[in-house]
Amino acid sequence: MYRNDFVRQLNSPGGDRRPSRIMHIDIPLLLILIALCGIGLAVLYSASAESIFYVKRQATFMLIGLFAMIGIAQFQPRLWERWSIFIYICGLLSLVAVLFFGVGAKGAQRWLDLGVTRFQPSELMKIAVPMTLASYLGKRHLPPRFKHVSIGVIATLIPVLLVARQPDLGTSLIIFSSGFFALFLAGLGKRYLLSTALLAMAAVPTMWFYVMYDYQKQRVLTLLSPEQDKLGAGWNIMQSTTAIGSGGLSGKGWTQGTQSQLNFLPESHTDFIIAVLAEEFGLIGVLGMLALYLLLIGRCMIIALNAQSMFGRIMAGTISLTFFVYIFVNMGMVSGILPVVGAPLPFISYGGTAIVTLFLGFGILMAISTEPKRI
Amino acid sequence: MRDGAAFSDPARERFMFARRLLFTAVITVLLTALLIARYFDLQISRYEDFATQSNNNRVLVRPVAPSRGLIYDRNSKLIADNRPSYNLTIVPERSSDVDKLLADLGEVISISERDIQRFRKRLKQRRPFEKTNLRFNLSEEERATLAVNGHRLVGAETSARLKRFYPDGELFSHVVGYVGRINERETQTIEAVKYRGTDSIGKIGLEKFYEQKLLGDVGSEQVETNALGRVTRVLDKTGAVSGDNLTLYLDSQIQQVGHEAFKDKRGALVAIEIETGGVLAMISAPSYDPNLFVSGISQKNYDSLLYSPDRPLFDRAVRGQYPPGSTIKPLFGLTALQHNIVTPSYKIKDNGYFYFKGIERPWRDHNFARGGHGDGVDMAKAIIESCNIYFYGLGVKTGIDLLSDYGTQFGLGATTGIDLPGERPGIMPSRAWKKGARGQSWFNGDTINTSIGQGFMLATPLQLAVMSARIASRGEVLTPQLVKAINGQEQSLLKTQSDINISKKHWDYMHRAMQDVVHSNRGTARSISKGLTYRIAGKTGTAQAISIDAEDKYDSSKIAERQWDHALFIAFAPADDPKIAIGLIVENGEHGGSAAAPIARAVIDAYMQSTSSTTEINR
Repeated sequence: MYRNDFVRQLNSPGGDRRPSRIMHIDIPLLLILIALCGIGLAVLYSASAESIFYVKRQATFMLIGLFAMIGIAQFQPRLWERWSIFIYICGLLSLVAVLFFGVGAKGAQRWLDLGVTRFQPSELMKIAVPMTLASYLGKRHLPPRFKHVSIGVIATLIPVLLVARQPDLGTSLIIFSSGFFALFLAGLGKRYLLSTALLAMAAVPTMWFYVMYDYQKQRVLTLLSPEQDKLGAGWNIMQSTTAIGSGGLSGKGWTQGTQSQLNFLPESHTDFIIAVLAEEFGLIGVLGMLALYLLLIGRCMIIALNAQSMFGRIMAGTISLTFFVYIFVNMGMVSGILPVVGAPLPFISYGGTAIVTLFLGFGILMAISTEPKRI
Repeated sequence: MRDGAAFSDPARERFMFARRLLFTAVITVLLTALLIARYFDLQISRYEDFATQSNNNRVLVRPVAPSRGLIYDRNSKLIADNRPSYNLTIVPERSSDVDKLLADLGEVISISERDIQRFRKRLKQRRPFEKTNLRFNLSEEERATLAVNGHRLVGAETSARLKRFYPDGELFSHVVGYVGRINERETQTIEAVKYRGTDSIGKIGLEKFYEQKLLGDVGSEQVETNALGRVTRVLDKTGAVSGDNLTLYLDSQIQQVGHEAFKDKRGALVAIEIETGGVLAMISAPSYDPNLFVSGISQKNYDSLLYSPDRPLFDRAVRGQYPPGSTIKPLFGLTALQHNIVTPSYKIKDNGYFYFKGIERPWRDHNFARGGHGDGVDMAKAIIESCNIYFYGLGVKTGIDLLSDYGTQFGLGATTGIDLPGERPGIMPSRAWKKGARGQSWFNGDTINTSIGQGFMLATPLQLAVMSARIASRGEVLTPQLVKAINGQEQSLLKTQSDINISKKHWDYMHRAMQDVVHSNRGTARSISKGLTYRIAGKTGTAQAISIDAEDKYDSSKIAERQWDHALFIAFAPADDPKIAIGLIVENGEHGGSAAAPIARAVIDAYMQSTSSTTEINR
């Protein structure tokens, strides 16, 4: 299994000579992503009250993301494996910086102002954490021992807690799951799983009384009975479920959704955009989009299975599972089965940083996918 | 590979990874199924519910208020109009904090504690998302201020609506009445559907009597609104149907003349067009400005009207009940003539006192001090000079049963049936009435009092006018009416009883005597004959506001003005072909001839002038 880079490079040209391989592009992945982006722009156009401005901006970010993805794919996975720890440390330092110099809106400090642009370190950590864990665990004998598990858990929890304090529960949840998935795919023992489950149960009251903010508690309470607070926190959920439900089987038609077009639906172009899709395209639209998502996740899992290294496998598996968490949390929250946390719907919700981060992740997946077979 | 690399087994690790990945794939599919189940539940199982909810969300059915029917006088002069007015309304659902909104509004425009109290009361009665009034009649300046500050006053908006306006102010207030805001008691009784979108209702006068005609039919508008309550488009509209327009018999010019003639006096006048029974003028003085009531009168203004000793809110014309006094004499004279109880040649000697057998105390004439009207008093003289002694005897001879029967035929003792609410019936006493009302038998003394329109007898100024019209028309019985036409369609004349059967020669005799009241130099109303180009027939009357003992002389200098006698007058003109009949009273005016008759003259003059000018135009 051990080969130095020099030997690998010599072997490489002799292998697959298809242009996609040379360009390090995974064609099925690319096609699904482009399809998702297309749907995303169409829904965004409707959700933003037919605003060309939003669509243009989103399309620009998507293009930047696409090029970034292809760019990232050109680097050997081994490079990422090697440099992941530095990326992780940089991310951690900027998270700490956010605590002191962060800027933000609506009572949350999430960004670092870099003068030219604003940078959200927590987004970086969504990739840095699984990458670091994959790199760390991939080099170990699997399943990981207690020491490795402990280091993995600590490496995950530090950014999770930092992000949760911003507060950004949605992102911290994503980072936590990516860490967990990495450990799980690396073969985390059943004993650990059991104790994690127990710990999680114990954590619920602790979180409730010591960690969670009032507004976060309110969101959980709202989930349990949205009717209690029709014009306050419950408004969002009641309006979004109404939007979804009134879409029926085939929907009201593109740009014809009354809930979203008449501003009953809050955050219709960001976190709640699935409600617009559900209202305007009905259950058929929802199923179609879920099918695309599952295709994407399926392709990612195949890439994970075929990866050349354990780093690649864990990294690809974690990215695909984390991707699913995005979808599940968002669609669950908008349809009222999960509390409202700030979680965008990948490729559909408006938001530049999130789009670029997603593409970066898939860029690494493409690099893993197109890594030449080792002899 | 470094740490524990010696035991590394890549194949086993790959297998383990594949198993774990497969496991997560299964979980992924299961969770996706859960999501699908949830969306299926919302979009298919509960589709109907949510579709309805979504429609309720965006579609609002708004009432479209009809515009209230207008009221015109007989010459198409507008006397009740609708004008745009601007109200400040609040939709609490649109505001996050109503209390704060009220406070913010209070900083921008003046809002009284009372406004807020009333607003909160109204809040309880409204439907969700309905605009609720906070302030009425915003001035131009207030509207501008609100518009400028609109961005921080979410939930509040100014809304325009039509408001009743009475251009002539106090001129028609007692006849036309006014509209006011629907109060809680009315909310219980009105048909709520008809009043969606309307916040006022006819309170008194014609506005109340013709409420159902004037109101119109409410329309509706299905509008789509956004979450801020802003209307984005109208989906469906059923237009409102305006209320019916009323055209009255009233003539503004005549009304105006009468109103001015009553300046500084209290009293009432009703003028009737004999041909139709239509009311040409109806005045109750003093009056008030009905516009004060339209969007809520201030407590201060209301109190000053309510507690004024002049009682301006009291409609004397149909609700004021006064002893008719001597104005009743022609009626009773006709009764006696028709039944041959007296003849025109029957004469008495009047020395100022009337004794009735078995009663020691005499009844007196008003001029008893001067020794009465002297020898040879026949009915004509008794009418012209208003001799009480003649009528005491006549009354006793005729008997209360006949007097009461004819009194009723001439419109006394019962409501006339005019198209106004709250009309009072007065009293035409009879044996049955006294038994019922007082539980006592009828005495001859009662008949004697009744025969000069005193005692139990009471009549409204409207009844006096009706009586006058029936004398003038020689017994034609028409119900007095204010509304001539509804939406241009002439209303038929109302007749509820057969005409009064009295011989022509008696009518001729009485008409002549009544002309002499004005035109002979002994007539009690001779003062108004000066300069007349036509002939007026009339009868004066004086009614005691307080009872004065027979031994005491009535001396106005000794009693307070408000206890002075009431002055009354009935009249019709032109005497040879009567067109207009009048009944009027001046409270505490003392003498019919001096206080009341001149007002009648002024009103009849105005009428004659208006008809002659109409004829000129017709030519």
